[in-house]
Amino acid sequence: MNEKRMLGEDHYEQVIAEESICTNENLVYEKPETLTDTPMHYCPGCGHGVAHRLIAEAIAELDIQDKTVGVAPVGCSVFMYNYMNIDMTEAAHGRASAVATGIKRVLPDKYVFSYQGDGDLAAIGTGETIHTCNRGENILIVFINNGIYGMTGGQMAPTTLVGMKSTTTPYGRDVAVMGNPLKITELIAQLPGVYYCTRVAVNTPANVRRAKKAIVNGFKYQELKKGLSFVEVVSNCPSNWKMTPLESNKWMEENMFPFYPLGDLKVPGKEK
Amino acid sequence: MKELKLMKGNEALAEAAIRAGCDGYFGYPITPQSEVLEYLAEHAAKRTGMVVLQAESEVAAINMIYGASGAGKRVMTSSSSPGISLMQEGISYIACAELPCLLVNVVRGGPGLGTIQPSQGDYFQAVKGGGHGDYKLIVLAPSTVQEMVDHVKLGFELAFKWRNPTMILADGALGQMMEKVELFPQQPRVTDVPEWATVGKPKNRERNIITSLHMQAEAMEEINNNLQKKYKAIAEEEIRFEMISCDDADVVLVAFGLVARICTKVVDLAREKGIKVGVFRPITVSPYPYDALNTLANNIKGILTVEMNAGQMVEDVRLAVEGKVPVEFLGRMGGVIPSPEEILHKLEEKLACPAGRFVGVLA
Repeated sequence: MNEKRMLGEDHYEQVIAEESICTNENLVYEKPETLTDTPMHYCPGCGHGVAHRLIAEAIAELDIQDKTVGVAPVGCSVFMYNYMNIDMTEAAHGRASAVATGIKRVLPDKYVFSYQGDGDLAAIGTGETIHTCNRGENILIVFINNGIYGMTGGQMAPTTLVGMKSTTTPYGRDVAVMGNPLKITELIAQLPGVYYCTRVAVNTPANVRRAKKAIVNGFKYQELKKGLSFVEVVSNCPSNWKMTPLESNKWMEENMFPFYPLGDLKVPGKEK
Repeated sequence: MKELKLMKGNEALAEAAIRAGCDGYFGYPITPQSEVLEYLAEHAAKRTGMVVLQAESEVAAINMIYGASGAGKRVMTSSSSPGISLMQEGISYIACAELPCLLVNVVRGGPGLGTIQPSQGDYFQAVKGGGHGDYKLIVLAPSTVQEMVDHVKLGFELAFKWRNPTMILADGALGQMMEKVELFPQQPRVTDVPEWATVGKPKNRERNIITSLHMQAEAMEEINNNLQKKYKAIAEEEIRFEMISCDDADVVLVAFGLVARICTKVVDLAREKGIKVGVFRPITVSPYPYDALNTLANNIKGILTVEMNAGQMVEDVRLAVEGKVPVEFLGRMGGVIPSPEEILHKLEEKLACPAGRFVGVLA
């Protein structure tokens, strides 16, 4: 170590480069071209980055970059277009599925997805969500549910658990005052317009793989023109839950998963 | 060969949309303009393959427009006053993202739920912004069913020329009345994809992003500066107005839309009595023909502005004439249409001052 330091930084970097294991021969994993080089602004441990990557990978693997248009509305993911190397539209709060409807209706052969948080999809945009699903628009909705408003600083979301603290429920969500958390995914799964509906997470490698498969399905099913694909990603918010990334994942497993159980709610061909 | 038809205003407008090669209509029913959606639902798809979708709300409709216009298509919506109010957030986004689209407001009396009768009470909302932030629409004010047709074609042209939302500001009477119209021939739907449209990123270009979000103050100011520069250019190139019997007029009635037509009747009545009256009719109410009205004010003795509201455009008239002549106002509200006799009476009242002229007479 001392010797390396004495040789100066240039030499040190050169040694590192020479010793790099990232050679073409042993490369097993790389950034898809559907992601930009922009560093993501998300907090450490947040699930958004993984979810973005899965969507980018799905688009790259299906080779549909030139046929894909994404919509991300207000929320933490409002800057999604900075990270995705695809055509994207930023939508008003709650309106992503209406914007996606507009795009898909005039470009029926393109792949269109919206990427929405819980406040966006299940509070201010509930009307658009239900009607977009009910019309069976041939789009993919990726729904990130972390039970809190991240961007505005930790206010109660429609999916905030009973008793869960937020800046607007400082003593915990009280059902008598704020009602129960909204299981919007169970709600829309009932609609005939929804072709595929599943709930996933990105907290473990196995769950990441399942989430990826769900997202790939959501794109592929658009070709069938049989209705809407809905993928809920139960996620965490370490910053606003005021936990470390590890603590937040553990809390999510112990509290979010029992209320929002992972698994398929509607799979083509087999009604559950 | 002219194609003449007797048509209701709303239906003529819808027919014009099909003929203008419109790619998509997204709207929600509201009186007095529901015939637009009804007519399109019956005729559009089978004739041109145009998308017609009844949205779950005006809020959803304007956001469908945002998405579809971002895809580079010729799309439109129509509504009436309360519905247009609901759309304002989306219109602000569309204006900032510089997306071309056609908006139609068949205005009814307000405020609130108001009435389904005709009004011009949404003038401020249409020409001064309406939603949040500094933006402007191009606003066309038809005064006949013929113009309801012509302004659809013109509206799309202006929207795409300037990448700016364009509004047709009609009223409930124009939407509901039947008149003879000459229809323009069917235009093909445009297949060119604008370079800015979000349609899927090919390998050989950078990704397209449609957004109105610019977090850095300096960047947002730059966006604003560019918008203002565009609005100035639009004002230099696109002002349209009509002057009727203004050459020898002593007094000019300034009115837009339906009221301007009523005022042309007043010209005849007044001239029978020896009063030389003309009509100045802005066709674009945004941009407003300030200079033309200012020049006209050099040669007349007074102006009576007539509107179906509490006095909205009259503020622009006063800005235009810079105090050169007195500017009087007659307004009816709540869905009441002023009669030619009523306007003439007001005019005579103003003329019956000690000097016998329309000078310094302020009621």
